[in-house]
Amino acid sequence: MTHTPFLPLILPLIAGILILLAKPGGIKLQRTLAITATAILVAASLYVMQSALQNPPQIYALGNWKAPFGIVLVLDQLSAFMVLITSLLAAAALWFAIRQNTDTEGAHFHVLFQIQLFGINGAFLTGDLFNLFVFFEVLLLASYGLLLHGGGRLKTRAGLHYVAINLIGSTLFLFAVGALYGILGTLNMADLAQKIALLPASEQGVVATAGLMLFVVFGVKAAMFPLYLWLPQAYANTSAPVAALFAIMTKVGIYAILRVHGLLFGDAAGDLAGLHIDWLLWLGLLSMTFAAFGVIAAKNLRQQVAYLVLASVATLLVAIGINTEQALSAALFYLIHSTFIAGGLFLLADYIRQGRGHAEDAFVRAHSMPSAILIGSVFIFAALAISGMPPLSGFLGKFLILQSALDHPAFWWILGVVLTSSLLIIIALARSGSLLFYNILPQEENHAPDNAQQTSSGKINMQGCGSIIGLLSVGAILVLFAQPIYNVTDSIAQQLNQPQMYLQNVLQFTPVENAHKELVE
Amino acid sequence: MEILLALSISVMTAAGVFLTLRARTFPVVLGLTLLAYAVNLFLFSMGRLQIGLPSVIDPQQGGYTDPLPQALVLTAIVIAFGMTAFLIVLALKARAELGNDHVDGLHLAADEIDESAEKPKTRHSSNRKKFTKRDKRR
Repeated sequence: MTHTPFLPLILPLIAGILILLAKPGGIKLQRTLAITATAILVAASLYVMQSALQNPPQIYALGNWKAPFGIVLVLDQLSAFMVLITSLLAAAALWFAIRQNTDTEGAHFHVLFQIQLFGINGAFLTGDLFNLFVFFEVLLLASYGLLLHGGGRLKTRAGLHYVAINLIGSTLFLFAVGALYGILGTLNMADLAQKIALLPASEQGVVATAGLMLFVVFGVKAAMFPLYLWLPQAYANTSAPVAALFAIMTKVGIYAILRVHGLLFGDAAGDLAGLHIDWLLWLGLLSMTFAAFGVIAAKNLRQQVAYLVLASVATLLVAIGINTEQALSAALFYLIHSTFIAGGLFLLADYIRQGRGHAEDAFVRAHSMPSAILIGSVFIFAALAISGMPPLSGFLGKFLILQSALDHPAFWWILGVVLTSSLLIIIALARSGSLLFYNILPQEENHAPDNAQQTSSGKINMQGCGSIIGLLSVGAILVLFAQPIYNVTDSIAQQLNQPQMYLQNVLQFTPVENAHKELVE
Repeated sequence: MEILLALSISVMTAAGVFLTLRARTFPVVLGLTLLAYAVNLFLFSMGRLQIGLPSVIDPQQGGYTDPLPQALVLTAIVIAFGMTAFLIVLALKARAELGNDHVDGLHLAADEIDESAEKPKTRHSSNRKKFTKRDKRR
């Protein structure tokens, strides 16, 4: 047993504790530690990804207990992929937060940040349903802290909604876990999958209920229609680096659906196979429609980007709902794109907010911002990427998804909704771009008194623009290296579609020989 | 015992759902707490109900109760406890910052009304300003 699967988990945990202890050393020491830890995490994630691509699913038994009895971590290609995306996004968000001094607005930013990574990576790596619940709670508690970091009225109000809906989600999660345990007597995902396949018909109803309850819970996390209402306010009002990091949080929900429902209600599940698939597809299409409406109706840029996150999540839901290997691969490709571009857009929106003084990022007439041409060009680039226009990655991702839907019975629905919502998003982004950059007040010396507040156009603190460049360049990189990246996502989708290997490795795992254990017995 | 347990779980869940849908923060906190209690009982009962049996296997005794749900409940209690504490603090903060304990915090706090009167921001906030002014007159 190697310790590879444990690395992405233990690193942020240790880093978080160290940073907490380093509080007396001042913010500089904390920053140094945070950057070092995140850099090591990126390196470790690369190593983990490489290891996962070369090996079958690796098992890490915590406490050296055999699989259904103890808790196992499972590192397969999908987990490693998600961990890698998280750590890259986190590095960019952290760099931006440090350069923009977001981390000094309140205490313990870096601690919360590392614990957040601990929770997210844990959710990606665990092979146990209850353990998944625990890691969800870890990442949620850290996210509450990060969301509210720095304080403020709007943050508090959005935070209250966010906390309440997630607490309800946690309660539902526990109900579902309890029901599954009551019927099947296990919580290990691989073991659950095997037992569901052999379930007598009389008990399928309860398991199906529990499965759909889990679907609701993950739907809350992924912000699926009609459970998305918490997201726009929460993401629009928090600080930019946190919002950028949260671009991965909705994907945790997507991942959980892929992992739990894919494993438990996959093709081998007998009568219960594909329990969630139809829901996924149609709710995904509905979410996409509403997200596009939201993008159009948004009153400021950050809110608009939050709705764009929703739209990308909806695209992923649809792609998973198509339920073919090809669609899955396309979904994973789109997931890379949407996570990084949305993160970059949140950071860019912060520049725009700073530059427009009191108008902030609201879509109203205001004075032009400093270096408007540069920021405007970057905005156009990001808008092209996220709305799915060629030649950038959004186009490629959506194209792959639509291509995989060709044989689906609901193809025309999928095509219609995806293309219409993309068109709406393009229109909305073109409108917001022209409002922000062209619809400007003339520079007058003596202005009317009621405009007094608006005239002082702000200064943009351009520190940390490396993060934005890094995140948005993914839009081009994904196109330039489309083939190798698509090969990777293809291999991940292939592994996901053949869960036998996963089940076998988890359930036939033998604990390491341990002399001390013999002594105790 | 089964009926009693089922009834308490269902009553607590119903009360929890009802309270969670209320418009003020305190009932919502209470509702979430009740839901947490209900789910704890539910988890507990999922190991099947046994009376007077140990959770550690003992050859002297005729059987044993399933220890796993007890461990799950313990974890769930701790987590729910922490989350509730956090939510209460957040609700208090919201009461202080928003000036009321509405879940949606529609009204503006006293100091923000003056602020927003000077600053013509978005249409949305000016609507809200009118709303609070009308309220004040009442």
